[in-house]
Amino acid sequence: MNHDSYDDDYIRGILNGVKSIAMVGASPVNVRPSYFAFKYLAQRGYDMIPVNPGHVGKSLLGKPFVASLRDIDRPVDMVDIFRNSSNIMPAVDEALKMTPLPKVIWMQLGARDDAAAEKAEAAGMKVVMNRCPKIEYGRLSSEISWMGVNSRTLSSKRAPMPTQGMRLSLGRTSLSGGATAAADRAAKNRTDPS
Amino acid sequence: MTDRDPGFSTLAVHAGAQPDPTTGARATPIYQTTSYVFNDADHAASLFGLQSFGNIYTRIGNPTQAVLEERVAALEGGTAALATASGHAAQVVVFQMLLKPGDEFIAARKLYGGSINQFTHAFKSFGWNVAWADPDDLDSFERAVTPRTKAIFIESIANPGGTITDIEAIAAVARKAGVPLIVDNTLATPYLIRPIDHGADIVVHSLTKFLGGHGNSLGGIIVDAGTFDWSKDNKYPMLSQPRPEYHGIKIQETFGNFAFAIACRVLGLRDLGPAISPFNSFLILTGIETLPLRMQKHCENAKAIAEWLVAHPAVAAVNYAGLSGDKYNNLARKYAPRGAGAVFTFSLKGGYDAGVELVSRLKLFSHLANIGDTRSLVIHPASTTHSQLDDAAKIKSGAAPDLVRLSIGIEDKEDLIADLDQALRPGS
Ligand SMILES: Cc1ncc(COP(=O)(O)O)c(C=O)c1O
Repeated sequence: MNHDSYDDDYIRGILNGVKSIAMVGASPVNVRPSYFAFKYLAQRGYDMIPVNPGHVGKSLLGKPFVASLRDIDRPVDMVDIFRNSSNIMPAVDEALKMTPLPKVIWMQLGARDDAAAEKAEAAGMKVVMNRCPKIEYGRLSSEISWMGVNSRTLSSKRAPMPTQGMRLSLGRTSLSGGATAAADRAAKNRTDPS
Repeated sequence: MTDRDPGFSTLAVHAGAQPDPTTGARATPIYQTTSYVFNDADHAASLFGLQSFGNIYTRIGNPTQAVLEERVAALEGGTAALATASGHAAQVVVFQMLLKPGDEFIAARKLYGGSINQFTHAFKSFGWNVAWADPDDLDSFERAVTPRTKAIFIESIANPGGTITDIEAIAAVARKAGVPLIVDNTLATPYLIRPIDHGADIVVHSLTKFLGGHGNSLGGIIVDAGTFDWSKDNKYPMLSQPRPEYHGIKIQETFGNFAFAIACRVLGLRDLGPAISPFNSFLILTGIETLPLRMQKHCENAKAIAEWLVAHPAVAAVNYAGLSGDKYNNLARKYAPRGAGAVFTFSLKGGYDAGVELVSRLKLFSHLANIGDTRSLVIHPASTTHSQLDDAAKIKSGAAPDLVRLSIGIEDKEDLIADLDQALRPGS
């Protein structure tokens, strides 16, 4: 599996398929990227579970914090890890002990651990690294276009007005990664010191 | 599997646009509004806090403008874009993100005269210092690098000379110096040159010229290539450090490979204020739909006219990179194989006086200070766009006193040649 760039269909399949997401490293501080992503994904209808041992007893947007993945009482489709690259492996090890096994391990923008990815893939999980699910959802639905961002998708269909809790269609026509190939190349050179 | 990759002309028509969600309108509506209602207090707070995608106030963004931004980002191969009131406004916003008082940037000497002015005088009053380098002497860029250098700025095709800059060579200098390369791609447009493919980190445009293309609207744009790591070495604190005006958000950490475009919007445009009007966004967007067709015709006409001028007995020299034998023809073949643009200069054997005389005798060419219109345009740069420079600087910037600049339009080339012919005929 190539983790330098992802086909839109791979990301689309994951975001359309999962329903519950445990976010490891979710922060209650409302200027942290994990807070932004948690809130957005909750608004788009995902069942969100904040995981952070430092905040047990509190809740994030009405969802109680749990200390670890072990403490979740229901099946989780995806584990979204908001930790530095060096803290990814323990979270993946913990995810591997869950039953049923989550279908997806997602590592946040800036985070990448190829060994952890290999381990998760060997157990049959799908892996995404160095991406933000909020940005990818906003891009594929073109909601992010309000910010002048290149969604790398086209559509001649009328889109519905997004409302609270609504899932958006991610089925727009994708341009191949070529449109922002320069950014993908730069990201690869950054993670690959050779 | 991804779908097939649409070509440039398809993107020029479709990228960023889709039928209006409320009305189904197929053309992009002109959202002539200053502001947008919030759903509730929480929605308002999350928009202000940069947590949600959406509209707040047209100084920060507007739905018509957003379509323009995504379209140009797609055409340039960038991750995101930010439109501004003019090309000059785009340049101010870019440099405000990168420079603190006392910092420096390196700029090519061959630039639009207004940019030379802006960098020399206006920027000086902000404490931003420009060091000039000569695109004909690539080592001069490397020699100009100091520990305070924060960026390098060039034009892909330079105004007024129509000369082609070796983008890849200068991108290599920028990479070595650890600073972003900014390319003003106004004269080329992404149809002729895509600077990001050659190593640019930021592309700016005056949309006023070929992209809008009809001489009716001012506009500018900043395209983020998504290639530069702003957090390395902490040289660009606007992008890497917590922003007090947003309760400590770090822009690059939050927005990844389109952080520069977001910073330009939520810090630059928000605080400096040079927003593009929704109506101008609409006109420029409509212009872009025919960009490929227009650029083909502009370049075809320009080449025919340059070739005709070369053969004319009253003409001393024609500087058009699209002519075989021109000093910049090899660079044109490499960077702009579809055409060398439609702005170039030439001189008459009769020198300065003959140039002034020619301008006054033309009947179809309009004598004015613009380029990139459907109409053909003519000007004498030394006495207008580049008049603030001394003679030595005029020559270095490609605006020697005896040069006349043409911006060739999309009329029938036979009519343009006939107009030049009558104006060059002695005693008529
Ligand atoms: C190459 C170039 N860059 C920038 C500008 C400035 O653009 P504007 O007039 O839209 O501010 C111009 C305008 O002539 C130009 O030719």
